[in-house]
Amino acid sequence: MSTAVVSIGRFFRYGNFAIGIALTGLVGLTALVSFFWTPHSAILIDVAAKFRPMSAQHWFGTDHFGRDVFSMIMVGARNSIAVGVVAVSASVTFGTALGLLASARRGWIEELLMRMSDLAFAFPAVLTAIMITALWGPGAINAILAIAIFNVPVFARVTRGAANAIWAREYILAARAAGKGGLRITVEHVLPNILNVLIVQATIQFALAILAEAGLSYLGLGAQPPYPSWGRMLRDAQSYLFEVPEQAIYPGVAIAIAVLGLNLLGDGLRDAFDPRLVRKR
Amino acid sequence: MTLLAVEGLNVTLATDAGPVAVVHDVGFTLDRRETLGIVGESGCGKTMTALALMGLLPEAARTAGRILFDGEDLLAADEARLCSLRGDRLAMIFQEPTTALNPVHTVGHQVAEVLMLHRDMAETAALAEARRLLDMVGLPRAAERLAAYPHQLSGGQRQRVMIAMALACKPDILVADEPTTALDVTVQAQILDLIGELVRELGMALVLITHDLGVVGQVTDRVAVMYAGRVVESGPTEAIFAKRAHPYTQGLFKARPSHAGQGRAAGTAARLATIPGLVPDPRSPPPGCAFAPRCPHAIEICRRPPPLVAIGESHDALCHRVGEWT
Amino acid sequence: MSAVIVRRLLAFLATLLATSIVVFVVLEVLPGDPAQVMLGVDAEPDAVARLREKLGLERPTTVRYFDWLLGFATGNLGESYTYSVPVLELIVERLAVTVPLALIAMLLTTIIALAAGVFAAAHHNRPGDWGVMLFAQLGIAMPNFWFGILLVLLFAVTLGWFNAGGFPGWEDDALASFQALLLPAVSLAIVQSAILARVTRSSVLDVLREDYVRTARAKGLSKRAALWRHGLRNALIPVVTVMGLQFAFLLSGTIIIENVFYLPGLGRLIFQSISQRDLVVVKDVVMLMVAKVVIINFVIDLLYVVIDPRLRTAR
Repeated sequence: MSTAVVSIGRFFRYGNFAIGIALTGLVGLTALVSFFWTPHSAILIDVAAKFRPMSAQHWFGTDHFGRDVFSMIMVGARNSIAVGVVAVSASVTFGTALGLLASARRGWIEELLMRMSDLAFAFPAVLTAIMITALWGPGAINAILAIAIFNVPVFARVTRGAANAIWAREYILAARAAGKGGLRITVEHVLPNILNVLIVQATIQFALAILAEAGLSYLGLGAQPPYPSWGRMLRDAQSYLFEVPEQAIYPGVAIAIAVLGLNLLGDGLRDAFDPRLVRKR
Repeated sequence: MTLLAVEGLNVTLATDAGPVAVVHDVGFTLDRRETLGIVGESGCGKTMTALALMGLLPEAARTAGRILFDGEDLLAADEARLCSLRGDRLAMIFQEPTTALNPVHTVGHQVAEVLMLHRDMAETAALAEARRLLDMVGLPRAAERLAAYPHQLSGGQRQRVMIAMALACKPDILVADEPTTALDVTVQAQILDLIGELVRELGMALVLITHDLGVVGQVTDRVAVMYAGRVVESGPTEAIFAKRAHPYTQGLFKARPSHAGQGRAAGTAARLATIPGLVPDPRSPPPGCAFAPRCPHAIEICRRPPPLVAIGESHDALCHRVGEWT
Repeated sequence: MSAVIVRRLLAFLATLLATSIVVFVVLEVLPGDPAQVMLGVDAEPDAVARLREKLGLERPTTVRYFDWLLGFATGNLGESYTYSVPVLELIVERLAVTVPLALIAMLLTTIIALAAGVFAAAHHNRPGDWGVMLFAQLGIAMPNFWFGILLVLLFAVTLGWFNAGGFPGWEDDALASFQALLLPAVSLAIVQSAILARVTRSSVLDVLREDYVRTARAKGLSKRAALWRHGLRNALIPVVTVMGLQFAFLLSGTIIIENVFYLPGLGRLIFQSISQRDLVVVKDVVMLMVAKVVIINFVIDLLYVVIDPRLRTAR
């Protein structure tokens, strides 16, 4: 009871964490609302209405095709979150499985997996995306794949590091002495104890995934038209920078809010999970 | 002649939970060539006292009282003045030679640095002097060890380097904070003998901080026993060894696995096993005598602040019941 | 010490070799028939056959791999299918943009990050610290290409001090060329240095709590001197680790930034090559970019050995 109170107190002692929740919630809510309602269609083209300035009707004005920018930002949130969630979930699943395997088996399996992850770090997400695109052409799926591939070794390493520390604990020795097998110990003891670390890392990688997706769709390697994405909105805005400079602001702010929110959330979770770090400050 | 006079030293640490007093009204004097042992359990304020002497307290610390060094109040001195004294006239040896030496600088450089700083020596001259100092502290093959890094030396060798560094400028006062605690049992005696020998040879005054009475008996002229931030008993080493006036000092003696000579080799695990209870939390000290909750002789009066009672010549104890038991 | 360097050099070469296999397999073996990919599914069988012939795709895979690898040593990287010029020619031209851009950006990143991080640590829990940390938090959240666009908006569109993009070429106008790289380098550096500044700050704070810094102060060094002479080099060890990762990001960032500023570098080249499905160029350029990442990591590895004497003895 009292420990719960203490940890809640710890959670909210940090204003950053509250801001993180608020910003992340704002982005999530925007994406959710966009399924039911947007001020205008985010896809319908009306060239006659192009480059409208901010107004009561078009809160953020209209783009070069006359589309309502505010609606596009709302739908764009969906895209960023979808890519982030799918890519990070996929990489958490594979990366964690590999990391747990390496930690449970050690020996040459661990060595091989770690060398392979070293190798994977030589391929930043953009390069992977470029290779995939060269083969199969651009698209949201390919962007997800590239981001996921880049993140698998990240989670494999984090999992292995955290799991190795757990394997050295005494209660694992006790479980082994009781005749439990590697798989059972992994599921019953190791995984629950490294969840904290994984949640924090997933939050941070989510933020990085949104940044990476924005970069890829800016390059045209992400979601394809007419489906709006923040990155491509920036690319379009750049082409008309002299005509409607303000259009280069909104999508960037949207990306920054999403990433900032997730980063603050991740920092806050880390502080809440690890009292040792909090005290150190 | 009095070299160092500590008067009414108080140290308070600012924490999240408010200020915490860690050193209360500590006072002692030290003459030239005199050696003083400060004894107590960890957390009794002995290291904070040592750091206060050096002006190296953590930033969160506030001080009151006076530390008169050669007539000059160190607590009132500015940082530049302290920098010119530290390493030159005041030197310190720390508990952990492994972490107290910088891993990325050579041993020779770390010793030579003090000389370059306070003696305006050029690097080559300072390194030559560093070699002589390392020889003096008994580091084997000192000449080639100048270029060695700390990780290439053993724990005892590292502590020898620390000693060479502290003695480089022949300080007036050497403060040694648990200099043998982190070392192998077999090396502890050697290092302690080395410190004692060099202090005599170079005519320094020594403040030796330890939890181990055996160490004190072997090296020091005077002893101050600290408990919960206060000096509870102080006096000439022989007098205290002959007559322990304070119940806590008694407890310390009983806790030693064996008497003088072998005591210093004792492991720390068994220490104070015979004193029941725990050191009081400095955030909420007990009223009156801080030792009362653990004291076998405590009575009602011990809830009030104890008086300083003279036991013998310059031998005092902070206790209501001196002489009423034994 | 030399044994350690030789070992790291061997590891470096092994990594390089392994990455080359990955690139080759992905871009030449996985697609089945690269010629078909390059020409598209609707291509005439004759044309595909001619391209296969021209690319030498009839030869066994291993022969093609070693041939390609050898090409990096001899400079014979084949001919671009779309430009009909030797790939080497294309690449050398572009490297003259990308490499200086990356170097300037890395230099700026290092300077900004170390200065800001040490400053913040020295002002721990005071306004200077909070200010740096606030900017760092914002910098981490900003996509570098958006920051680039904002710089263009400010310095090119509003103030008119710089061109919005383009590159005159070193031979024509070296000064203007350097200027053209400045905004792109700054956009890369500001964002990358944000993370590095945070790492530097916490590393310096950790080191300031170390016993050897207290020892340095006990010797009579001032706080500042103890930080610079005894703290900084130790603090750099974790910073350098993150630097390796950050520079890998920065190198991939150049691909995007070159597109923001219309710089004719490798990033633009690879981008054009994908849209034209010029697998020959894509393969070579991807390999070069991967090699850059691996080289940076090797240099970082060596830097460790320079900074930390404990790593100099082979274990």
